[in-house]
Amino acid sequence: MALLEVRDLHVFYGNIEALKGISLDAQPKQVVAILGGNGAGKTTTLRTISGLLRPRSGSITCDGKSIVGVPAHVIVGLGLSQVPEGRRIFNILNVEENLSLGGYLMRSHRQLIKERKAAVYELFPRLAERRGQLAGTLSGGEQQMLAIGRALMSDPKVLMLDEPSLGLAPMLARSVLKTVRRIADRGAAVLLVEQNARQALAIADYAYVIEVGRIALEGEAAALASDERVQKAYLGGFESVGSA
Amino acid sequence: MGVFLQYTVIGLTVGSFYALVALGYTIVYGIIRLINFAQGDLSMVGAFLGWTLLVSFGFEHLPIYIALVIAFVIPMIGTAVINIGILQFAYKPLLRRSLLAILITALGMSLLLQNASELIWGPAIQAYPPNLLPLSGFFIGPVHVTYVQIALVIASLLLMCGLVAFVQGTTMGTAMRALAVDHDAARLMGINVDAVIRVAFVLGAMLAAASGVMLGIYYVQIQFTMGFLLGLRAFTAAVLGGIGNIPGAMAGGLLIGLLEAYTTGYLSGTWEDVVVFGVLITVLIVKPTGLFGERVAERM
Repeated sequence: MALLEVRDLHVFYGNIEALKGISLDAQPKQVVAILGGNGAGKTTTLRTISGLLRPRSGSITCDGKSIVGVPAHVIVGLGLSQVPEGRRIFNILNVEENLSLGGYLMRSHRQLIKERKAAVYELFPRLAERRGQLAGTLSGGEQQMLAIGRALMSDPKVLMLDEPSLGLAPMLARSVLKTVRRIADRGAAVLLVEQNARQALAIADYAYVIEVGRIALEGEAAALASDERVQKAYLGGFESVGSA
Repeated sequence: MGVFLQYTVIGLTVGSFYALVALGYTIVYGIIRLINFAQGDLSMVGAFLGWTLLVSFGFEHLPIYIALVIAFVIPMIGTAVINIGILQFAYKPLLRRSLLAILITALGMSLLLQNASELIWGPAIQAYPPNLLPLSGFFIGPVHVTYVQIALVIASLLLMCGLVAFVQGTTMGTAMRALAVDHDAARLMGINVDAVIRVAFVLGAMLAAASGVMLGIYYVQIQFTMGFLLGLRAFTAAVLGGIGNIPGAMAGGLLIGLLEAYTTGYLSGTWEDVVVFGVLITVLIVKPTGLFGERVAERM
């Protein structure tokens, strides 16, 4: 049984069915990439796992426990943490305060918070230099580091990242994804939503391709990277996998 | 000059009460974009709870420090409970609906508190014990300052400092500021957004109740209608300072107090509201973001 198991997830926005039966697994130390075009349902999948959206049907279990219907702020405490699309750091708070909020559920354990902050600063030395600076004044790359660091403060078993390389210069994007790989190697299960399929597949173990709310294709990352349909659709071409 | 300074002393005293009520508006608005129009009436309820304890229960005869602690703390708690009730039963079901629905509900809550208070405490003007604090004072040059004024202004400042320390210095306060930016991101941190909203309502009500008791001590007379104008003036203060902005609410409160004192002194008391609400309209037209004008989403 996988650490995170999603089965036949159906999610609606009003009458529009955004997810039409998504199933996926993630294991510790694994980077699982979720690829797909705009509006395919990648973000919706993460938001539903995080508890920000409620599925109409389907199951989500973490460590064998169902987390469907559990409020988002409780899900964090169960070990699932998300770096949302667009970073969504608290721009009026400084770096240190942003990290403090990442450890909100452990706020009474000051020593633990201190250690986790130190670990984040070790992972992202740039943040340590700017710990007193307002988050809104950080560069895009630094903001992404902060968003990831903030999510790591709760020491998640499952870390979900929504487009962490979006808007970053290519070199910075590679460095962020490298860090994502390191986080998985340390033991977390990582769900990585990415537009940049080539770089995502380079660091991922397994990947799912979502098209209009369904899993169109899945497999080992290396196999998918060399798959002709994926190459056409996401690594240069423009056709969809389904029509190939 | 002496007259001007005298008005200034009066204005700062009254302004510190407005500032407390304005802070309640601003904290709640900063988090859920709701103008809690019951804010002024919560102050009135606080004043009456304090009056009940001091006069009806006779606590005014206790040693002054004990009497004051009781007269402030219990109304603050009671009013906080009322505000939580309003949040849970009136606002919460509407939070995801239209802003207009919740705005009208807020006005309804204001009327509800007024009418309930009229039923409980009657329509008549009630009087706080006049000699609770020494009425005497002293002169600084030509300006007469009373001990009551000093005590009340200091108490207001202490409450404001306490609020700022809470909002800036605690993780809960940081969570409140985070909510002013992004509710969903806050949820993803494990922050129970509903619980933080409740904390904001508790703080707002406590500040309102404290200002109500202070008004009772300062003006002696209280009546169930007193919260209405008080609330509107404090709202003006909050808008003037930039609603959602804590230092702005404090500055706005003091400015409205001064404006009121100068108007009453140099023109006449009947012009007070004309000037105060003239300011409200002018700010809304000329600089809707208020004196500390930033974008609303980047406040607190």
